[in-house]
Amino acid sequence: MTVDLQLSVNEQIYPLTVDTRETLLDTLRERLDLAGSKKGCDHGQCGSCTVLVDGRRVKSCLTLTVTVDDQPITTVEGLAGEDGLHPLQRAFIEHDAFQCGYCTPGQLCSAAGMLAEAARGWPSAVTPDVAADPVLGEEEIRERMSGNLCRCGAYPGIVAAIEEVAR
Amino acid sequence: MRPFAYERPADVRSAVATLGAGTDAMYLGGGTNLVDLMRLGVAEPGTLVDVTRVTPAAIEETPDGGLLIGAGVRNGDLAAHPLVRRRYPVLAQAVLSGASGQIRNMATVGGNLLQRTRCSYFQDVTKPCNKRSPGSGCPARTGDHRNLAIFGHSESCVATHPSDMAVALAALGAVVHVEGPGGARTVPMPGLHRLPGEDPSRDTVLEPGDLITAVEVPALPLAARSRYRKARDRASFSFAVVSVAAVLELDGERRVRDCRIAFGAVAHVPWRAGSAEAALRGAPATVEEFARAADAEVRGARPLPLNAFKVPLAHNLLVRVLADLAETS
Repeated sequence: MTVDLQLSVNEQIYPLTVDTRETLLDTLRERLDLAGSKKGCDHGQCGSCTVLVDGRRVKSCLTLTVTVDDQPITTVEGLAGEDGLHPLQRAFIEHDAFQCGYCTPGQLCSAAGMLAEAARGWPSAVTPDVAADPVLGEEEIRERMSGNLCRCGAYPGIVAAIEEVAR
Repeated sequence: MRPFAYERPADVRSAVATLGAGTDAMYLGGGTNLVDLMRLGVAEPGTLVDVTRVTPAAIEETPDGGLLIGAGVRNGDLAAHPLVRRRYPVLAQAVLSGASGQIRNMATVGGNLLQRTRCSYFQDVTKPCNKRSPGSGCPARTGDHRNLAIFGHSESCVATHPSDMAVALAALGAVVHVEGPGGARTVPMPGLHRLPGEDPSRDTVLEPGDLITAVEVPALPLAARSRYRKARDRASFSFAVVSVAAVLELDGERRVRDCRIAFGAVAHVPWRAGSAEAALRGAPATVEEFARAADAEVRGARPLPLNAFKVPLAHNLLVRVLADLAETS
């Protein structure tokens, strides 16, 4: 079964006819040629498909496209601004925060969403006093980024890059 | 994945009417479990009724000082709410210990309560499973049950409920607001979920068409001193092996005036530890008494060969959480 809708991705409107079964990840990659978002596990466990929906980080492999036709979507292709790469992208390069790069688009989108959560004062599972404002150190960053796996094990660089942007 | 129709109802009543019509429709919340189950072939709805725009998405104070949490509130927003963090730290900690940041941004409160077991046989359509396919058998009893139930299981099913949030809500005595074909009603926790018995296909006492609209957490000043602790196979983004939610209040002589305790990942339901609570009330707040109370609870455990380790784990986890809470009292 299909639905006609308009999808707003990286500030561009795409009129589409989508199968109700289509995930946002497949729509982005297969229909819109936005292949930055990656398919790793396709079960919400690896984080390589992470995108921002209305500014919040989500897993696009568990998001049905028909459910997000009224919300702005940002993918890794939309992170860079007019004045060049996003600060997280620059920091990832600076800190060698990747080897093969497959998880990187998801890491970047997840980190962008995570920094916005931290800026709003959201606690995490390792925040000592859940009622207090968290301080974003290494342990907090590792916990908050646990939804993104890196099989190359570039975690030290990823954490360092995010820590630099968080400062 | 089986083809399905997608509907966005105008309000809660029309959502309930859509499902009440005896169809193979299902409600869709954040989709973090259901979409995956559909991909695995475990769930095959003919229609998805997206309730994320009609179930309340706000957290309001009730007149008596409790909280009314809309079923559409995302898990991330629940854990971040100032009143949840201050009045019910056990609830914020439980939610934060579950899943990942992305999943918590998607998952709703109502959907969290209704997520299905992660028993590997349930999620594998090539295997028998009484919960997924009634009467087909339970390979977990003699197979891989390392992370399955030690309390309240049956010959038919040894699955556990995977939610962290539900464990805290069970300890806090939350009340679930439900809108169904017959009207609105409330279901007190931990009574929302049911033991498997001979019909493990039913996880909860809800009837077809019932829609959770809100969860009410009662005023409970002692819950300001509460804690959730979760033992798991890796430090983050992993389901519990055993978890415990505890609320503890001491009197001036350091005796337990009141307490609330529930275990997670040990049963088909969030396991309210009534025996431990009874043993604790009036007892001195010492590690010896905490151990005695934990003994009283785990005495009722019926572990399987591969999950007997969960019994001392549950015991020790409870003692540790109570000791931590007493230390800061």
